Amino acid sequence: MHERRYDAVVIGGGSAGLAAALALREAGRTAAIVEREPFLGGILMQCIHSGFGIHEFGVDLTGPEYAERFIGRVLAAGIDVFLDTTVMEIRPRGERRELTALSKRYGVVRLSAGAVVLAMGCRERNRGNVAIAGSRPAGVFTAGLAQRLVNIEGCIPGRRAVIVGSGDIGLIMARRLTLVGCRVLAVVEIQPYPSGSVRNIVQCLNDFSIPLHLGHVVTRIAGRERVESVDIAPLVDGRPDEARSFRLDCDTVLLSVGLVPENELSRAAGVPINGDTNGPYVDADLMTGAEGIFACGNVLHVHDLVDFATEEARRCGQRAAAYLGGGARAGASAAQSKVAPGANVRYVVPNAYVPGRENVLYLRPMIVKNDAVLEAAIDGAGIRKRKLAHVQPSEMIRLVLRADEIPAADPARPNLMEVSIR
Amino acid sequence: MFDVAVIGAGVSGAAIARRLSAHVVSVALIERAVDVSFGVSKANSGIIHAAFHHEPSTLKARLEAAGNPMFDGLQAELGFPFRRVGIVVAAFSEEEMKTIEVLYARGVANGSPGIEIAGRDRILGLEPKLNPDVRGGLFAPSGGIIEPYRFAFALVENALANGVRLFTGWNVSAARRIADGWHIESEKGERIEARWVVNAAGLFADGVSALFGAESFTISPRKGEEYILERGCAGLPSRVVFPVPARNSKGTLVIPTVEGTVMLGPTAEEVGDKDDVSTTPENLERVFDLAARMIPQVSRRDIITSFAGLRPALPGGDFYIDLSRRAPRFVQVAGIQSPGLTASPAIAERVKGLLEADGLALPPKRDYVATLPRAPRIRELSADRLEPLVAEDHSHAHVVCRCETVSEADIVEAIRKGHTTLDGIKFYTRAGMGRCQGGFCTYRIMQIVARETGMPIESITKRGGASALVVGRLGAGGTA
Repeated sequence: MHERRYDAVVIGGGSAGLAAALALREAGRTAAIVEREPFLGGILMQCIHSGFGIHEFGVDLTGPEYAERFIGRVLAAGIDVFLDTTVMEIRPRGERRELTALSKRYGVVRLSAGAVVLAMGCRERNRGNVAIAGSRPAGVFTAGLAQRLVNIEGCIPGRRAVIVGSGDIGLIMARRLTLVGCRVLAVVEIQPYPSGSVRNIVQCLNDFSIPLHLGHVVTRIAGRERVESVDIAPLVDGRPDEARSFRLDCDTVLLSVGLVPENELSRAAGVPINGDTNGPYVDADLMTGAEGIFACGNVLHVHDLVDFATEEARRCGQRAAAYLGGGARAGASAAQSKVAPGANVRYVVPNAYVPGRENVLYLRPMIVKNDAVLEAAIDGAGIRKRKLAHVQPSEMIRLVLRADEIPAADPARPNLMEVSIR
Repeated sequence: MFDVAVIGAGVSGAAIARRLSAHVVSVALIERAVDVSFGVSKANSGIIHAAFHHEPSTLKARLEAAGNPMFDGLQAELGFPFRRVGIVVAAFSEEEMKTIEVLYARGVANGSPGIEIAGRDRILGLEPKLNPDVRGGLFAPSGGIIEPYRFAFALVENALANGVRLFTGWNVSAARRIADGWHIESEKGERIEARWVVNAAGLFADGVSALFGAESFTISPRKGEEYILERGCAGLPSRVVFPVPARNSKGTLVIPTVEGTVMLGPTAEEVGDKDDVSTTPENLERVFDLAARMIPQVSRRDIITSFAGLRPALPGGDFYIDLSRRAPRFVQVAGIQSPGLTASPAIAERVKGLLEADGLALPPKRDYVATLPRAPRIRELSADRLEPLVAEDHSHAHVVCRCETVSEADIVEAIRKGHTTLDGIKFYTRAGMGRCQGGFCTYRIMQIVARETGMPIESITKRGGASALVVGRLGAGGTA
């Protein structure tokens, strides 16, 4: 058995885990990363397309290039890395937390940590979650699994594909499959607007003449052994219009139908989960409802851009380091007030703010609208308005509130901050 | 020349082969699919029924009542997942309560141990998640839950250890009478000779019967769709919850599976096609409406997967288990739909008796081993048992499927037991059965299968035949 003691243990070595661990180390804390894959970098390592790092580094990088910029620093900083290691359990032990992990390399691993940072990322929603009817042949993949099969395992998943959902991974995979000789017949999106970015619609679909069927659903997958066809129908009043249904012969179906933060480990550790994000509730320091357990990146809420996951994780690492130091946390947490989603906002993360310091909020709209106005208000009194040219649910909004914009807490009032979009 | 060839390695055929393996006879177990239980059995609801649904005059009622109590002993010997959680039948009207009385009387006549009619408070006490509108119902404590494929795998594994030979991917296409029995050929031209033949071919028992010139009957596939909800979800009951049954089916149930997920279903629908295992949006609606009437907390948000299976129904609905009157040395085991899983150990006893009566000598095998050595699985081990195991072999600590906690060692064990398809490994280990449905573990399992078997990755299939998972490799031929 392998036993070690650290100031902080970070679970997950993807973009969030790497940035959180570095921030902890830079603040003078000992830290370890536990990663279940045999390499660091997480999902970035299968994202061989570009589009990463514009905000973080001011350059356009591929996923592995983006990851490499952190991995080199993590290794140089003396952060211990446990690869091929899966955390099975987190439980409090006195003032500290004990983690039990299973590892192909080290066997049973027990780690003691003052602080734990959850950075496990998310998983893909699958066919069962969206209940597509029909038979259950081979050839149905989530888009991320197909991406892994192509870009890391070097396999070609099929010859003729239909992609369900126009999320960014689905769009990227439409192009990727085309480039490996698989014909992509259609991308089918249930919403009347695309879920992915405009850039990906142009570069991954339009440039390759791949049709995008908005407001359509796949009603049936057919095939005995391997997929043979799918039926696609337009949605009318929320129901498929069978009369206008059409069939595409294909051997592959890719599902890009959303991501779910992976919080089974968190739940088992007693971390309260927010039904709006499927991630933990966190305070202004990104600490969850369980003492000493922090969360950042896609395990907290699903980000659109890795750059923002990195930013959030860096802040999480800094706050966890301050928590380990004691003083700063005691002062800050005493002054926290709640943040809640207001009109047309699905969620805001974090779920609390601190007056007198900069607060960065991430929020997701519930509506599609041009010329929208974003407003933050405390107990009904506006503190910030911002015009937004366009909002849609698939684009996260980042709101930075300066220290001087936030009034000191009034002990006679709830001090509830609401963020709304109109 | 085998003494007995059993056609069909579903739960009936598997139970028969294992039962015969206790005697000094040579047995061939022949399966058309690539793996055991891949026909009717794998889509079974996994209920050990409590002998109150069927009239005492039927063969199925007798074999159900005889089979039910045999599962404790079988579990002790073979170690498959099985729990007697009890069955609750929920009645929502006075009229339904009248049917409850009929079921109770049948249960008493069939010898269902401990069966009782329960009032509203009693039934809600037995299953607190029931809709509070419930009037009362039936409680049958002898009912249980099981994983049907794990049961079939365990039976076959034990049968093989006792000398039975298994032929998978072996589709019987011709048969002719020879002096001392039967000559059987497969689609691919393979041959097996056997003195006796048992027809346990499930959906295809009618075709097999015809090939042997035996009785003419028709198996009508009746489809059942099932929906699986995530482990530990709000809709998880503590007992199997039945509605008051309709005419041709036991109705749509809410089942707490032995692994902690919830199964809703099955539907019952006559279909013409013996390959039609598709699910439909209409039945999804229907199943959830019916299930929510009993357990209001079931939610479509918790669905992780769905599937459909086919019941091999004979006209009249009873089992047909007898020596053929037309073909010599040919035993019919046909029409084995519900409660076939419950009845299977009793079916095996009956078939053994029929063979003996027909002249097959069955001396006991001295070195018969009824128990199955159980490979340790990490999901079933406590920490203090896991540590020494891992210290010996780190592949027990390589978590391949994180939703169901399946290790590399578990996967390798499945492969060495002959399960080399993704579905075979899934049913054997549960890898890929959890909430992410293989999103994480699929490629890892493919790598392990390729390494252990030497198969190229593009010939690894989901369930045999043309169900390859990938169609080629990048840079095949050495170029990038």
